[in-house]
Amino acid sequence: MVVNCEQVWREISNFLDDDLDPGLRSAMQEHFQECKRCTAVLEGTRNVVQLYGDERLLEVPLGFDHRLHRRLDESLYPTRRTFFGWMVAAAAAMVVAGGFEVARSLSPPRSGLRSAHAHPGHAVPPEMMVVLYPDGKTFHVAGCTYIHGKANLQAVTAREAEREGYVPCVRCLKKYLQETASVDYGSDAS
Amino acid sequence: MAGAVRLLDQPEQQMHEAALIQRIRDGEHELFYELVRPYESRVYSAALAILRNQADAEDVAQEAVLKAFRHIRQFRAEARFSTWLIQIAVNEARMRRRREHTDLMEPIADRRDEEGNYTPRDFADWREIPSESLERKEIRQLLTSALGSLSEIYREVFVLRDMQHLSIEETAQALGISVAAVKTRLLRARLMLRDMLAPGLEGALNRSVSFGKGKKPW
Repeated sequence: MVVNCEQVWREISNFLDDDLDPGLRSAMQEHFQECKRCTAVLEGTRNVVQLYGDERLLEVPLGFDHRLHRRLDESLYPTRRTFFGWMVAAAAAMVVAGGFEVARSLSPPRSGLRSAHAHPGHAVPPEMMVVLYPDGKTFHVAGCTYIHGKANLQAVTAREAEREGYVPCVRCLKKYLQETASVDYGSDAS
Repeated sequence: MAGAVRLLDQPEQQMHEAALIQRIRDGEHELFYELVRPYESRVYSAALAILRNQADAEDVAQEAVLKAFRHIRQFRAEARFSTWLIQIAVNEARMRRRREHTDLMEPIADRRDEEGNYTPRDFADWREIPSESLERKEIRQLLTSALGSLSEIYREVFVLRDMQHLSIEETAQALGISVAAVKTRLLRARLMLRDMLAPGLEGALNRSVSFGKGKKPW
């Protein structure tokens, strides 16, 4: 079987997906050996598939999963905000407000979380080295694919990061978030 | 086995999900988080492929996940849960777009010749681009921008098939189109993206300047 360039272009996608009958496939392979233009199209198309197939292109906005889980919480646990719950929250707020000035005078300042939607970490090893960038909200293990900015990355200890209000990344440090989450969900599920 | 981490293969994953779904149906609602967590970014990117607006896509992704939870009893085991979930996201995104008439902004040029042959525009040799280049934000933005300039019918097929790695059949099912249409659109999408990005991202970076709104390089 002999194929021309137009037939090759028409089938190039199926060729990459290995979705061709053996006769046509081998005819195309022979054509590629002879035709530089079609080989260039094949290689370029393969590059497209490989580049876009990388999961780094499936980025979600910062805080996406926290906002999603919060909305799920509201749907799964509509009774979460009971009167009792509000009373407990109000009492806790009063205690926090009352103790704030005292705490500030007795200890070095610990800033709040940098995102209203963030979940604080649980039992993160304080001396573990992590990376963050000053405008961000989360800290990561070096090399995490959820790091959005590379230019101003800083390496600090987890203790320093938490003191400044950064929270663990939901991908690379998920295990330090899951324990917190399971307590939340478990208490409601019972 | 303590400390050993092993990824589940597809049949194992489906069995694990089937067990989770049954337990959720039986009232263990908190397990729904575990069920959807691996697919959260896919749901978002499917919605973004249709809506091209991050805020709308996030809202639709949330709606889709909530809808999946509310209708978990309607899920049939012959499909994969991920395909079903993405199908919901696609439908929600399309409804949102219709409601807000954003489809009026969609270029129609590519619909016109969907069945015709597509001739590549550029035959320059394109050397393999190392995956490390994706660490560069501008490269990711360039790829995202090129994808965004495709018509929706090509973009949605490409996103589900080549970015989310659904099979041809699953892509057809999620989008409610035929397998043949998926193949035709996928071919067109891949070749158009190649034309935009060849002969390399360096050249494409320069050429992308001319990819103005409503202006296409082919």
